[in-house]
Amino acid sequence: MQQFANPARFLKIANVTLPYIWAITAILFAIGLYGALVITPPDYQQGETVRIMYVHVPAAWLGLFVYCLMGFFSAVAFVYRHPLADAAAKTAAPLGAVFCFLALVTGSFWGKPMWGTWWAWGDARLTSMFILLLFYLGYMAVWSSIDEPTRAAAIARIVALVGVLNVFVVKFSVNWWNSLHQGPSVIKMGGPAIDKSMLWALLTMAVAYTMLFLALHLVSMRSEIAARKLRQARLVEIGNR
Amino acid sequence: MVIPLRLKAENLSCERGGRLVFKDLSFDLVAGEFAELRGPNGVGKSSLLRLLAGLNTSSSGRLSLEGGAPDTNLAEQSHYIGHAEANKPALTVRENLVFWQKFLGGSENANSFSAFKLEALADDQVLLLSAGQKRRLALTRLVVAHRPLWLLDEPTVGLDTASLIILQNHIHDHLKNGGIVIAATHAELGVKSAINIQLGKAA
Amino acid sequence: MFQQALALTTRDVALARRQGGGLGAAFGFILSVMVLIPLAIGPDQILLSKLAPGLMWLALLLSVLLTADRMFQQDFEDGSLDVMAMAKLPLEIVTLAKVLAHWFTVSLPLAIITPPLGLLMSIDVGQLPILLVSMVIGSLALSLLAAVGGAVTAGLRRGGLLVSLLVLPLYIPVLIFGVAASSANLSPSSSTPALTVLCAITLMSLVISPWACAAALKAYLR
Repeated sequence: MQQFANPARFLKIANVTLPYIWAITAILFAIGLYGALVITPPDYQQGETVRIMYVHVPAAWLGLFVYCLMGFFSAVAFVYRHPLADAAAKTAAPLGAVFCFLALVTGSFWGKPMWGTWWAWGDARLTSMFILLLFYLGYMAVWSSIDEPTRAAAIARIVALVGVLNVFVVKFSVNWWNSLHQGPSVIKMGGPAIDKSMLWALLTMAVAYTMLFLALHLVSMRSEIAARKLRQARLVEIGNR
Repeated sequence: MVIPLRLKAENLSCERGGRLVFKDLSFDLVAGEFAELRGPNGVGKSSLLRLLAGLNTSSSGRLSLEGGAPDTNLAEQSHYIGHAEANKPALTVRENLVFWQKFLGGSENANSFSAFKLEALADDQVLLLSAGQKRRLALTRLVVAHRPLWLLDEPTVGLDTASLIILQNHIHDHLKNGGIVIAATHAELGVKSAINIQLGKAA
Repeated sequence: MFQQALALTTRDVALARRQGGGLGAAFGFILSVMVLIPLAIGPDQILLSKLAPGLMWLALLLSVLLTADRMFQQDFEDGSLDVMAMAKLPLEIVTLAKVLAHWFTVSLPLAIITPPLGLLMSIDVGQLPILLVSMVIGSLALSLLAAVGGAVTAGLRRGGLLVSLLVLPLYIPVLIFGVAASSANLSPSSSTPALTVLCAITLMSLVISPWACAAALKAYLR
């Protein structure tokens, strides 16, 4: 952790590793998508529709994973007051929100042939994902509505930490609520178990998504650090007037 | 044995909004001394007072107070009167003072109204008061509970000559009883200062 | 320490009574919602009585939310928070004292007034007691969570919209279990599990909220 904590060191590592990460991401996507769209068999119940899963499920995983990561960075920032951890949490949020949004949209596309409707509140996972998106939006709104960066960082940490705690409570609440209102028409998404012939493609896609996130995160952290440097330089200039 | 009060600051520097306001500030004050903060706008007089009051974290440097009550930090032993006066307009003068007296852990003190001649206004809502009277109410907080260190940010704003003399007397009394007062002011307070803390580029 | 916290709670209660605003406006808001709902979904009494517990919880929750952004703003702007932060009393206790005052003056009265209004939506009279109990328990959680939003936006001049965005997701568990408890079948035993979880959520908010508020306020003070 310590060796990454220096922005200059971080930039150096990011610059060196980024091309490789992009390359790995591209290769994984190529394999994963080929597997998902061509090699893997159609589902015996859902037919070709099941292929949405390879886009939807990893996006949902990433949506949740990035949120936890954001909470982790915020906790680190809360304890060690390190600006790099704040930058990591700040830049992770829009990416996580996009994954979340992607999961919702693809879930909706999947829902149409499965349930005959674009949206079913009866599915606890979709509902939780929706609420997760709200948390992302709230967190991002905090950053954008407080002008002073150190203050915004301090407030955002707290919002992220409270949010992570609450995500688990919400998840539990929604599951419970769902069991209360379980209608007969709701089909469990994903089915009982995923066959091995599908699993490898799904996992490849998940790793590809993660690498994509890593690449995008490094890029946006790089520009965040640059933006901070610019601001700092400007402040010094104003101070000298 | 009673250790006399002593406030020591070593190499303080203060950052606000990513900008360095001042750096390498050191001073040493003992019981009974008054320090005046000098310098043009924006050199960090208010920032320094807030820093002493624990409302602003210093980027670096050391602050220590010797000889105060045990197990209390600098902020807990200070009175801070800033630009915002911490008065509630909807409450009466009495309610405001009684609240601060209880909250700050002061002893029941019937004289608190007379400290800045507010007896006649005790049961009026603060929103009816003039700016100078509100200022006097804020300054009365200095006497509702004892704190050895007074941090005053432009305490004379809005005060008339008579009130200014009252404030001077309170500061004199406080110094005589072994307290320390630090004030940022443009007007002449009429209190002999042990040191002038000069902030800004001239320092 | 208890004396200081009590002094603060008393002062805030006195302020709320003197300034009015909060409770009256929030109550007016609930009344307006009660009028708007039938106008929006039609006068069907069976439908209304079925929807009543959920809609009334929504009205209560939104009305409390409306008062959230003012919770710490005044004390921040007039410098009271500076003085409070300097005192030996931990800021967590300060926020807790203020939340209690908010509960006494806003959430609790609203939680008591709201259930009878259910009669406007043809709610079953037998359902009112359990609605009252769940609202009273839940209202403390509503105040505590509103405080988090209030503290996070204490230094912002226009924090109202941000408060809604931040606090509404926090309200989801309270809403789910509050409605579940109050719309359960009429036998009291059927609402016990939901009521127990509602208590747990309130207790959890009691732990998290003061910590989060104090941390946010500290960030604004420096």
